Amino acid sequence: MTRETMSGDQILAAGETRPAMTEEALLEINNLKTHFHLQEGIVRAVDGVTFSVRRGRTLGIIGESGCGKSVTAHSILRLVPSPPGNIVDGEILLHRRDGEQSGSRLEEHTDLAGLDARGAEIRAIRGGEISMVFQEPMTSFGPMHTIGNQIMESILLHQADVERAEARELAIENLRRVGIPRPAQIVDAYPHQLSGGMRQRAMIAMALSCSPRLLIADEPTTALDVTIQAQILELMTALQEEFGMAIIFITHNLGVIAEVADEVAVMYLGRIVEQADVIELFDNAQHPYTQGLLNSIPHIDDDKLHRLRAIEGVVPDPYQIPSGCAFSDRCPSFMPGTCDRAMPGLAETARGHLVRCFLFSDAEES
Amino acid sequence: MADGSDLLLEVNDLKMHFPIQKGVLRRTTGYVKAVDGVSLSIKKGETLGLVGESGCGKTTTGRCIVRVYQPTAGEIIYHDEGESVHIDRLDRQELKVFRRNMQMIFQDPFSSLNPRMTVLELVGEPLLAHGIARGQELEDRVAEMVAAVGLRVEHLPRYPHSFSGGQRQRIGIARALVQGPRLVVCDEPVSALDVSVQSQVVNLLQDLQKDLDLTYLFVAHDMSVVRQISNRIAVMYVGKLVEVAESEELLRNPKHPYSETLLSAVPRPNPHHAMQRLNLEGEPADPANAPSGCVFHPRCRYMEDVCTTDVPELTELRPGHHVACHFADQLELQGIAYVESGQS
Ligand SMILES: Nc1ncnc2c1ncn2[C@@H]1O[C@H](COP(=O)(O)OP(=O)(O)OP(=O)(O)O)[C@@H](O)[C@H]1O
Ligand SMILES: Nc1ncnc2c1ncn2[C@@H]1O[C@H](COP(=O)(O)OP(=O)(O)OP(=O)(O)O)[C@@H](O)[C@H]1O
Ligand code: SF4
Ligand SMILES: [Mg+2]
Ligand SMILES: [Mg+2]
Repeated sequence: MTRETMSGDQILAAGETRPAMTEEALLEINNLKTHFHLQEGIVRAVDGVTFSVRRGRTLGIIGESGCGKSVTAHSILRLVPSPPGNIVDGEILLHRRDGEQSGSRLEEHTDLAGLDARGAEIRAIRGGEISMVFQEPMTSFGPMHTIGNQIMESILLHQADVERAEARELAIENLRRVGIPRPAQIVDAYPHQLSGGMRQRAMIAMALSCSPRLLIADEPTTALDVTIQAQILELMTALQEEFGMAIIFITHNLGVIAEVADEVAVMYLGRIVEQADVIELFDNAQHPYTQGLLNSIPHIDDDKLHRLRAIEGVVPDPYQIPSGCAFSDRCPSFMPGTCDRAMPGLAETARGHLVRCFLFSDAEES
Repeated sequence: MADGSDLLLEVNDLKMHFPIQKGVLRRTTGYVKAVDGVSLSIKKGETLGLVGESGCGKTTTGRCIVRVYQPTAGEIIYHDEGESVHIDRLDRQELKVFRRNMQMIFQDPFSSLNPRMTVLELVGEPLLAHGIARGQELEDRVAEMVAAVGLRVEHLPRYPHSFSGGQRQRIGIARALVQGPRLVVCDEPVSALDVSVQSQVVNLLQDLQKDLDLTYLFVAHDMSVVRQISNRIAVMYVGKLVEVAESEELLRNPKHPYSETLLSAVPRPNPHHAMQRLNLEGEPADPANAPSGCVFHPRCRYMEDVCTTDVPELTELRPGHHVACHFADQLELQGIAYVESGQS
């Protein structure tokens, strides 16, 4: 992740490129649209999202509650409930190198969007090549089985050469790695017997148990105290350095984002509105929505305590999205006649810095 | 701990021990001492922040106070209008009536809402159950509450599954506050929210506190949010309180080594910030088999022999600053260094 990898980069002579290991895209999402067809109308939860995640790198995704972060993540693993949800457009390319194929076919990349959501191929990928820490703990753990059995099941499913007894040892070892006390006993506990943070750590243990190439972590540390949170983030960094694991890290905690992300995508109402390198994003946020988010953060080291600021208004009803820029009805920089006329396109304002706002570019969404 | 009549809640030596059961006969082989001798008090209109390691017993403490759990031992006394109610001794019927006074906002917005009820039913149910309102009046009050937490009237006929995490948490807050409780146990009420909505909800909780004279026990992991809303902060470690002080005092001058470690790990929303995190060595403590002496001793950087044998009591080091550490008055610990605020 950032700091370590960055200092490593500085050793490279000018003009030299980064090692291919980190430059190479592992997952490439192009114009993804996932919509929900409800009685009241269509919810365009994800509406034209494009990004890629590189090997060994961490992409942070932030954005207002309901902007489509989890639906994006669920789309990758084809876990969006259908009906009412459908991927209506776009591709989700999982790139592989030689010898990394898990399925029977031998192509270089698989379009996950084109797979049968209930088929064998995506089931082999889920929890194996790509694993996920869910925002809802109960999505990972059914209430009826011990967490140990559930972790073992995942190990046995994806690692053909592992025996049952060994899987149990692996499950215990993974629980220990995420800082669960007395893992040899907790392995036999039911989910309701664990505290919120222990459940979350058990989920992380399960997600990491098969050494995934891509980890999608959806709010993985909300229930953890800052010390354990720091240890989990360190564990993820270590695995990233060791195996080149890529991470999509979804969180509302901008302190965590500042620490783990290499690159950050900011979403609003189903679209990316700004994307940049983490340092650029914090130092030079351009989109009024991103600025609003950054201004809302309480700072523990501020000498004075003042009432928290928030972005005016609420996210529009998904059935009544304003015409033009989706943020226009809340934006302090709103320009009548411009912002309400067309949807701004995502334009590059500096190298690698993308912004969707007419203050910075005339580009319109086609 | 505190004196006089301005107390709303007093908890004395609270214990909650869960049996560990083994085998087909479910024989009890030991106890998880999730809460093991917690004493605290909260004044009327005050917010007490409760922080600590994941699994240390914060939620269990909250659940005992609102009597979701029947505590193993200890007293929970609620003072209001000259009367004192022993919450721990209420029977089922008394509890049903008393519940109106205290509510809990839950950590997990996903499993705490019945998926087969609409928002109107979810938020309206407590009003109906307590016979507070019905019919049009109920709908009006629900609509008002729902608007107060930043949801829309159009959301009323919808079911929880069609809402995002943050939206569901707001439904939970509306449901807890709609019947006008006096004491609210907020168990990580904003950890599922984006920072802007988090600000709105924190501001909302503060406004409601003033308007409705609410008293909060506020459990959270985000120290800057805890600081924002709490008058005092209590730090918990494996079933026990290790430090209690005024918020700014606790952040600036922590006196317990665990508090120091916790504060050193607070992430800053600033990629240039260089963390000087103190690592917690060793295994996390196990509430089923807590260490002897000071519960923190196996992981403490300042441990001496006496720590392995003698339990340090929570004692008042300075007025209002309580610490449970044998060396509290000698250690020079690092807190949060304040910087001049750059903005407004
Ligand atoms: N099963 C579903 N049926 C209908 N609408 C849904 C469903 N799941 C999600 N949505 C809608 O899709 C939108 C995006 O939801 P999503 O869960 O991705 O938000 P999010 O960005 O993850 O928010 P949060 O930060 O609160 O978790 C929301 O408007 C939500 O109401
Ligand atoms: N119903 C139960 N049965 C058995 N053990 C339990 C039960 N509920 C909680 N525990 C145990 O009690 C301890 C304290 O749990 P609690 O949920 O109070 O922690 P917490 O401080 O709220 O943690 P977190 O910050 O992770 O939410 C944990 O060790 C947990 O495993
Ligand atoms: S396009 Fe206009 S309305 Fe949208 S964010 Fe930029 S200034 Fe604000
Ligand atoms: Mg989500
Ligand atoms: Mg808890």
